Order: sequence, then structure tokens, then C-alpha cells
Amino acid sequence: MTEHLPVLIIAVPLLAAFVLPIVRILGVIPRDIFVFSVFVAVNVMLMSLIPDICIYNKTLHYVLGAASPSTLTPEGLAFPIRIVLKIDGFSLLMAVFSAIVGLVGFLYSHKFVPEDGRKNYYVILLLLMLVGMIGLEFTNDLFNFFVFLEILSISCAALVAFRTNQKHPPYAGYKYLLVSSLATSFFLLGVGLCYAQYGSFNMDYINRMLNHSLLDRVALVFMIIPLAMKAGAVPMHMWVADTYSEAPAPVTAMLVTASQASLYGVFRLSFTLFGNSTANISINYHTLGWIIIILGVLSMFIGVTMALVQHDVKRLMAFHSVSQTGYMLLGVGVGIAVYAGHDGGAAFHQYGKLAMTGGIFHIINNSMYKGLLFLTAGVMVRRFGTANLDRMIGMAHRDVFTTIAFIVGALAIAGIPPFSGFASKLIIFESVYHFNPFLSVIAMFVSVLTLASFLKVFYGAFLGPERKDLLVDNNPLPHGMTAGMGIMCLFILIMGIAPEAVIKYLIDPAIAGLVKIL
Amino acid sequence: MTDFFLYVTVVLLVFFGLSAVLFKRNLIKIVIALNILEAGVNLFFIVLAYRPEGTAPIFTLAPELEKLRMVLPTPQALILTNIVIGFATTALMLVFAVFIYRNNGTLDIRNLKGVEDHD
Repeated sequence: MTEHLPVLIIAVPLLAAFVLPIVRILGVIPRDIFVFSVFVAVNVMLMSLIPDICIYNKTLHYVLGAASPSTLTPEGLAFPIRIVLKIDGFSLLMAVFSAIVGLVGFLYSHKFVPEDGRKNYYVILLLLMLVGMIGLEFTNDLFNFFVFLEILSISCAALVAFRTNQKHPPYAGYKYLLVSSLATSFFLLGVGLCYAQYGSFNMDYINRMLNHSLLDRVALVFMIIPLAMKAGAVPMHMWVADTYSEAPAPVTAMLVTASQASLYGVFRLSFTLFGNSTANISINYHTLGWIIIILGVLSMFIGVTMALVQHDVKRLMAFHSVSQTGYMLLGVGVGIAVYAGHDGGAAFHQYGKLAMTGGIFHIINNSMYKGLLFLTAGVMVRRFGTANLDRMIGMAHRDVFTTIAFIVGALAIAGIPPFSGFASKLIIFESVYHFNPFLSVIAMFVSVLTLASFLKVFYGAFLGPERKDLLVDNNPLPHGMTAGMGIMCLFILIMGIAPEAVIKYLIDPAIAGLVKIL
Repeated sequence: MTDFFLYVTVVLLVFFGLSAVLFKRNLIKIVIALNILEAGVNLFFIVLAYRPEGTAPIFTLAPELEKLRMVLPTPQALILTNIVIGFATTALMLVFAVFIYRNNGTLDIRNLKGVEDHD
């Protein structure tokens, strides 16, 4: 049983999604219990892998369809022939947080999405989204990666356009699907270029055989740029604001993790597939790192300046998530830039590793506080019937819990102690300063602007006199929504108070899974 | 030599598909353009796997070992998957196009000003 866990984590929600219409016949409550238990089961299964992988630093391999799932090269062959799932610290970290956000999204949707006969499809798509995210984080096979990426983008697009009777959601869904299928088509071209040379889709095998030819570099471009586009880095960010603002709030919270799954792809491919710190001929890591850093700095700066001028609260937050993606790209980009320097890894140990710690820590922080902020935005839109900040006032009188949740999220995203954003941002500032002080200054400046624009939201929507006449919905919040926001707040507080423990038990194994010079 | 022309076809298909995605203004034409691009990618994999005068990859029917020349089966299987995925994407995008037309009365992206005209 235990040895089959890696595939069960993917198979259980996938099968549950297709069994769901049958369970629905029993009624709404059995269906909700069923889906809830599936989400909890996925979380429990993922958590049960943490001790093995993060404390004993093991890497789990699972070969699909082999007589024994742990034999990598069956029948005495020199290369792996089947689809291999590989779970190391980084994949597990990302999968755990995807599953937590999935659970929160489901809890929040409980009463948020009305029971109008289409809720079934909504829940099925939520499960498929979870499958897509976890699948692409676990797989070690490039084509399989592509398939999970497509599962993820199709289910995301359908969820973004869930409110089909309104004007904008179908257009947002169309835009997202167009961007995704363009990105994945080019990604597949890159995969084809790798396959043409090495005759395999297995990442580890390709990495061993890699000869760093021109074709490899072309393949690198074809794979990294589409994934950066799906992660929403500037200048490929044009879809982010439309998609995030039109999707239902719990879906937006999950879209943040879905974008980060693509970001996972960027880092996974640049280290595990193309990474080779020892070879004399290798991809120029300094250049690759600088490209990622420049994407990051542009995203940070342009994202936050676009956010400052928004009046639509969900668009404002969407532009902030572009800006936060920049921090992650900056942190890990610095790590990549010094990864294969000709100093035997000295610079990497001095500050590169720390920068990567900050970048990866920021990924999980962002999935929590950004998710939380989008969930509070869902409450605002529910109360006032519009996302326009100019028509919101005095929410703090009515929704005390939402106000607290918003403050927690806003302070965390601005990097104020003791919330989690502070820990990761401080690490990024410190380590990037050693690499290039100017980048660090930009990052700090962006942080201040972030705080400013969230102050604007807080001042506009929460403070002020109570205006009952502006409210379109005056019912108390359903417990599911409160529980969803509560879980997020709890994680933000835990990660803000004990960042050392999180770094030691979750982030360091993740870096060990990516980097080979330790 | 045939190989060369096939690869040129791949490049042309991808190029035409991409430029049509970028320059066409009608939502349905964009879907068609995306299909052309996908066809280019699919053709790329098939050309990779093709061996001139190769046999089907079934070992019981194979000639003796020195004449053995088989078409690679993996990319063809993968491309079947990709065709199905492309079908799903196309269907979903066309459904979106129908809804966009119903709610906004146009398919021209110049008239669909995104979400700027929110209240």
C-alpha cells in the first residue's frame, strides 16, 4: 500500500472526479462529504510522505506498469522505458501546498457557488485541477508533464468561464485557454526536440545524456518561455488580470497555485533537465539566470505599478500576483545565475542557495496569502455586488473576521513581521544584495508600493461609515467560507512565526531535490 | 530529402498558425489557426518517428535482424493523445465563442474590449 502512494495521490482524485455524477444521485450532502473526504485523503497521503522525503532525504521513484514499482530500469535495459513518477523535496512541497489550497477552495465553494445543477461540474473540475497540479509536480516524464499541463489548463479555463451567463467570464476563459494551448504547443515542440536527440522522455535520462548542443538550447527556450507565460511573468502577463478577476473567488485562489505549478516547471526544467554544474560545456547558466532575473524584476515592477492604478479589487490583486511572481523568479534566478560559476560553487554556497531558499519559500507563502486575499475579495464582491473599490465602504462594521483575514493577508504580502511574507522577503533582500545591490533596492521599493496599494484597498473598502444601502447581500457568511479563510490565516501565522522550522524541514529538502552540488 | 521537405512543412505550419493567431480578429478563426499550429507540432513528431521503408513495429512480423528498420511507435501513440487533447481544447474554445457571441453579440476581438467596460 505504502509503495503505491505516489500513484494513488493522482489516481484517487481523478477517479473520484469521474465517479462523482453517480454519487450525486444519492444527494447533495453525500456528494459533498465524498468530495471533502477525497480532498482530505489527498492531503493526508501527501503529508504521510513528508517524513520519508523531507527528514530522511529520500527520493521516491514509482514506475507505472512495472512488475515492481521501484525498479527503474526493468528487464536489464540501460534506460527507463516506462512512465516514471519521481517525488523529491521540491515536488512534494509544491504538491502539499496545492492540495491544501485545493481543500480550502472546496470548503469556500460549499455555499459560495449556488446549488443550481451546475455545481456538479464545478466540483468535478476542481478535482481535475488538483489532479493536473499534483500530476505535473510528480512526473519525471516530459510528455506526461505536457498531458498534466493540458488537464490543468482545460479545467482551469472551464472554471474561469463558469459564470457563462455573464458578459466577461467566457471571454476570460477563452483568453486563458488560447494562451495555455499556445504555450503547451510550443512546449511540446521543445519536448520533441529533446526526444529527437535522446530518444526518451525521461528527465533524468535526458539529463545524463545531455550534450548541450544548439538544439538543446532551442529546446530550453521552447520549454522555459511557455511555462513562464503560463506562470504570468511580464511581458507575458496580459491574460492574468482578466482571468483572475473573472473567475469565482475560490477558483482564483487555486489559479494562483496553478500558475505556481508552471513556475515549478520552469525551475524543474532549468535544474533537473538542463542542469549540469560540473560539465565543461554546459548551457550558460549565468545568462539563463540573468534572463530569469530580468523577467522577475520586470514582473515585480510592472505588476505593482499596474496594480496601483486599478479600481477593480480583483484586478488589483491579480496584478499583485504578477508582481509576487517576480520575487520568486528573482530569488531562484540569482540561484541559477551563480549555480555553475567557475568558482566551484563558492558563490552559490555564499548567497545563491540562500536566494533560492527565499524564492521557494516565497512560492508557498504566496500561495497562502494571495489565496487568502482573493478569498476576502470574494466576500467583498458578494457583499457589494461589484468589484469596484469606489462603491465599497465600511465593511469592517459588518464582517469582522473577513477584516482580520484581509489585514493578515495584506501585511503578509507587504512583508511586515510577524507574518510569513516578511521571512521570505527578508531572505530575498539579503541574499540578492550580495549578488547585485541594485536588484535588492528595486525589490524593497516594490514591497513598499505593495503596502501602499493594499492600504488603499483597506481604507476604501473596510474603513468608513456603515452603509447598509450599498449592500446587496446582508446574510452572515457561510461557515465554509470562514473555515477556508481561517485555514489560510493559520498557515500564514505558523510560517511567519516559525520560518526556521519551515526552511529546515520543507525548503532545504526542496533545494536538495533541485541542486546537485551540495 | 523527403525528410527535409517534411520539416519545412512543419516550420511553415507552425509559422502560419502562429501568425494567424496573432493577426486574425475573429474568435473562430483564431481557433482554426490554433488547430493549424497543433497540426504542425503533430507532424513534427510523426516525421521524427518515420523511417523510410520501415515496417510496422511488430516483432513477430519483423524481417531478419540486419534488415530491421522499424517506424518508432512511441511518438505516434503520444500524438494520438495530443490529437485528443487538441480536440478537447478546440471544443471548449468553440463553446466559449458561442457564449461570447450570445452575451456580447460579436465575435470580433476589436469590439470585445476585455473587461475594461466594467461598471
